[in-house]
Amino acid sequence: MTAPRIRVDLQQVADLVPPGSRVLDVGCGDGTLLAYLTAFKKVDGRGLELSMAKVRAAVSQGLPVIQGNLESDLKDYPAGAFDYAILSQTLQATHKPAAVVDELLRIARRAIVSFPNFAHWRVRMSVMFGGRMPVTPTLTDSWFDTPNIHLCTILDFIDLCRTMGVRIENSFALDGAGRQREFAATDRIANLLSEQALFVLARD
Amino acid sequence: MPPDSPTPPQIPGEATSSRLLLAEPLVLQSGVTLPGVTVAYQTYGTLNAERSNCVLVCHALTGDQYVAGVHPVTGKAGWWSDLVGPGKIIDTDRFFVVCSNVLGGCMGSTGPKDLNHATGKPWGVHFPVITIPDMVQAQAKLLDHLGVGQLFCVIGGSMGAMQVLEWTHRYPERVFAAVPIAGSYRHSAQNIAFHEVGRQAIMADPDWCQGAYLDAGKIPKRGLAVARMAAHITYLSETALHRKFGRRLQDREALTYGFDADFQVESYLRHQGYTFTDRFDANSYLYITRAMDYFDLAEENNGVLAEAFTGTRVRFCLISFSSDWLFPTIESRTIVRALNAVAANVSFVEVISDKGHDAFLLDEPEFHQTLQGFIDGAAGFRGLTPRRPS
Repeated sequence: MTAPRIRVDLQQVADLVPPGSRVLDVGCGDGTLLAYLTAFKKVDGRGLELSMAKVRAAVSQGLPVIQGNLESDLKDYPAGAFDYAILSQTLQATHKPAAVVDELLRIARRAIVSFPNFAHWRVRMSVMFGGRMPVTPTLTDSWFDTPNIHLCTILDFIDLCRTMGVRIENSFALDGAGRQREFAATDRIANLLSEQALFVLARD
Repeated sequence: MPPDSPTPPQIPGEATSSRLLLAEPLVLQSGVTLPGVTVAYQTYGTLNAERSNCVLVCHALTGDQYVAGVHPVTGKAGWWSDLVGPGKIIDTDRFFVVCSNVLGGCMGSTGPKDLNHATGKPWGVHFPVITIPDMVQAQAKLLDHLGVGQLFCVIGGSMGAMQVLEWTHRYPERVFAAVPIAGSYRHSAQNIAFHEVGRQAIMADPDWCQGAYLDAGKIPKRGLAVARMAAHITYLSETALHRKFGRRLQDREALTYGFDADFQVESYLRHQGYTFTDRFDANSYLYITRAMDYFDLAEENNGVLAEAFTGTRVRFCLISFSSDWLFPTIESRTIVRALNAVAANVSFVEVISDKGHDAFLLDEPEFHQTLQGFIDGAAGFRGLTPRRPS
């Protein structure tokens, strides 16, 4: 069976997961990534999703997905239950991002985390010259209805990892569509030029 | 025949069920040994050569083994015929479906209306108290007899969900997938309270005769009907009741200023109550409600529900209904949490419905879609024949 194409940012994450891994997709949506990983990487995958409509869509495809809130429900899982915990484009919408990263690395040996970079030049321009909160192709919502309550820059995130004693195993700078750039997210230039970032984290 | 004369204690339709007389006495959870146990059951479809396609359906409090096809007593469709049948979600062209009347029931499996051979009289209230684990034990013996080792799936709603959970706890290696619907791991105080109302209604009926009504040639119809009426309300939601009946009057233009069934809802409940007495045994109702009250899977496991599922490899799918106040979503969510605590393979969906607890028996497209996805997915993992494209 040839693997079909999935959205480029999901593909990016999928490529990082070794076949046969135990995976928890946190905020798995309708299960697109999970379905791909299950079919083509033969992972033992689970999903957690807030929206009941999306959960139904996922379970209707035969995927083991439950409805729940990542900030209250990750604590239910035992330590080391998974090889990978995936949190895609959601960290900035959580109330306690540091606690979430902590939980991800408690229940999984590695965490794959992606988020929009608030230091991208387009964001900076919007504030500096427009004098307004940025609405960009990556940050599409106005300030008053955005779910993103804890936006950060790549440098902020790297600092957080350092403070928490979290090891960055791998990182990717991504463009607006989630395509991989030619430099790592930990490159100094990424903070200015990359619209999103993706990190593979582990605890020492 | 005068209206109060007893209906025959043997319920018609038993003859059409297969029956298994267990070779060994059943040792019950209470410690009592029950000899000569009969399990009445129905099967649909064919067991495959690998014996891997069996689906056990567990029925609810007042359900029975006639899950599909036509019910021999009521002449109506089986209670889950929307779901079970050729080409349906529980596809009898692909699966070997088994449903047995629970121990303590009144549709052919051994229960309080049967003869106690030691006394030559019906058991009545001298029948031993049975539990959900006892029911499951009887089902396991039936499956031994049918040559089924591991079930592909065990599924049921309400009390059926309790049996499903007990299966995954007691015989985890015999279950590939489990679907507890609109259920709980234990009966809440409110649930026990409603059951107690029902039991007291039965016992308050003079025709109950301290449980020996069959000897006395009587049937406590009024008590059983009231029990059913009270219970029936708990199966619906306020919204569903109001939509169905509102304050509409029954066959009259104005209030009668009396205690006739002025309102449609009264008339409906009376009808529900009395038709129930034609198909259900009052003592069975006492025993089965008691079994539900006693069920507490956490208590059985040092008060820690997760311990009931330690190391489980079963694929779970929990489904609840948003307007179910008898077994509300929080109950399913508690089970999901316990399953997460042992990193089990679990799906969980709350279906938005205003039809209350009964939704699991009704045509709820979201519910059916979820169930279809889970069962087809699990069948794929089990290597069973894929569904024929419709």
